[in-house]
Amino acid sequence: MDIKELLKLSLRAITANKLRSFLTTLGIVIGVFSIIVLVSIGSGINSYVTTQISSLGSNIFEVLPGGEGNVFGGILSANLKLQDSENVQRNLTGIGKVTPLLQQAAIIKYKNIKIKDAFVGGVSYQYPEVVTSLKMKYGIFFTKSQQLSGAPTVVLGYKINEKFFKNQNSVGNKIYVGEKQYRIVGVADKTGTALGTFDRDNIVYIPVEQAQSQFGTSYIRQIVVSANSKELMPLAIKRVEATLLKRLTKDDFSIETAESISETITNVTNVLSLALGGIAAISLLVGGIGVANIMLVSVTERTREIGLRKALGAKRSDILKQFLLESVLISVTGGLIGIALGIAASLIIARLLVSTVTPWSVFIAFGFSVLVGVIFGMAPAIRASKLNPIEALRYE
Amino acid sequence: MPNNDYIIEIKDVTKIYKADGVETIALNGINLKLKRGDFLAITGRSGSGKSTLMHIIGLLDKPTSGVYFLNGTDVSKFDEDKLALLRNKSLGFVFQSFNLLQRTTAVENVCLPAVYAGIPENERMQKARVLLDELGLLEQSNKKPNQMSGGQQQRVAIARALINDPSIILADEPTGNLDTKSGKDVMKILKSLNKNGKTIILITHEQDIAMQAKKILHLEDGKIN
Ligand SMILES: Nc1ncnc2c1ncn2[C@@H]1O[C@H](COP(=O)(O)OP(=O)(O)OP(=O)(O)O)[C@@H](O)[C@H]1O
Ligand SMILES: [Mg+2]
Repeated sequence: MDIKELLKLSLRAITANKLRSFLTTLGIVIGVFSIIVLVSIGSGINSYVTTQISSLGSNIFEVLPGGEGNVFGGILSANLKLQDSENVQRNLTGIGKVTPLLQQAAIIKYKNIKIKDAFVGGVSYQYPEVVTSLKMKYGIFFTKSQQLSGAPTVVLGYKINEKFFKNQNSVGNKIYVGEKQYRIVGVADKTGTALGTFDRDNIVYIPVEQAQSQFGTSYIRQIVVSANSKELMPLAIKRVEATLLKRLTKDDFSIETAESISETITNVTNVLSLALGGIAAISLLVGGIGVANIMLVSVTERTREIGLRKALGAKRSDILKQFLLESVLISVTGGLIGIALGIAASLIIARLLVSTVTPWSVFIAFGFSVLVGVIFGMAPAIRASKLNPIEALRYE
Repeated sequence: MPNNDYIIEIKDVTKIYKADGVETIALNGINLKLKRGDFLAITGRSGSGKSTLMHIIGLLDKPTSGVYFLNGTDVSKFDEDKLALLRNKSLGFVFQSFNLLQRTTAVENVCLPAVYAGIPENERMQKARVLLDELGLLEQSNKKPNQMSGGQQQRVAIARALINDPSIILADEPTGNLDTKSGKDVMKILKSLNKNGKTIILITHEQDIAMQAKKILHLEDGKIN
């Protein structure tokens, strides 16, 4: 039996019950659609995070309290001191720049405007040289002498200046960080980047010593190091380790490069992608069960037809092919529609949030829809092919 | 032992149905020999085993015991695919209830056995039109079964039975659902097919129809009487 005839038969059967075929197809459409959209969102998040991290600069690494892999210990432990940051800087002369970082949420105030979700970053005057993605919009970052003088100076993040001063030049004004008044010396330009909850535009920078006395601590949260070139990274890391080990043990600190951070986060988002894809695959499975169900109904309805075809010379394989093609056609149609809608939706989502259509998810979704048609069409088709012609002919 | 003079040779065929623990002896020791060009009418009361015998002759069913030679070949041990091939090439079926595919035109219905014989589309459509023309149905070629009369539908079914040019035509009560006039037309067609060399087996319970065949076989409780 030629393929053209088989196609004609299947199309006729599918169009004979338009609503039914449409609803069955819909199950597959939804399954394939969700695979594509959810995987796109997953990989969108993935690439978003990766770009965010690499925007910090590939020469950057951080020293965090707590040993390697000791995440919670790191958050709780407080063993990095300002003195460590200074020691590191001394030993990195000509190799890299260093800033301590002590960040904490705080309430900041200008006149009667209050911002409650802002971050305060206690850093050194070298901060803009370490984190080079930070550019100034107005004024300057506080200087070495300003930091050493102990004068309460502050640099506003872009969003803070937006809220307090409607993006106007606010240098010279004074704001409150907690209970203490600070003089604005500069306003940072928009960085547009965020790391987790740490929005790098919703922050104010003050000298680290001021932050320590304000938060009542003698420790710092991390040391951020920027090597002068990518080639100097390994040397810088070695020097930092050697310096810190004079006072601390291996379990007191860990070093995270942008690469290692992004690797960790990529692992997390990959798992997320897979989980989302898995959930979507379940909906495709449900769609497949719908196909199997409708094919069983179709076989039962056409029992007489099957009997007649067999009486007239159809082999088992002819009947098998006929019904298998029908279910594959239903699921492939659903698959193609689902892919089209899924890509369209992913592109729309990409404009609002993040999402990247990955070719492999399209291929897998299409492959799955073919597979669903074959697997879920198989049992009904086998049942049809095994019908006894006389009993089928007698069937009313 | 098989004799090639006979197109159909059935020896001591028995068919026993078992349903829900109840045994029904539908056929009991049937012997039958038909030569090429024979025209046999099978008669008998309802439940006497006529259709059962026809299904066995038509290779749609297997006897419980006994042997069956078709064209001198023992077909009792043939597998399903071989039987399908024989049904397709050597046998033509005409049913009481026509059994045409709905939503399918007359010409496509006629083509069906040719599709399974692997005959190319152009060729089989051509053949089907010639057959429909011979049976006075050319105008109905593109009509669907529900747009035709019973007599027309049965003639389409006969055309379908003929498309692969089988040597045997099996007709189970072909006139049963037809009015007298259409029934007569169908008999006329069968007789002329027989004249052109086809072997015909016809089931009927009407005496005057049976009389038009060359031989009559009367079944009673699964036995030839
Ligand atoms: N699939 C089956 N299972 C059980 N018994 C069956 C089956 N098919 C037929 N029979 C029985 O076998 C016997 C012969 O049936 P068959 O259909 O051959 O009769 P028939 O002569 O064709 O009758 P009719 O003139 O009504 O068509 C009947 O008693 C019938 O009940
Ligand atoms: Mg009968």
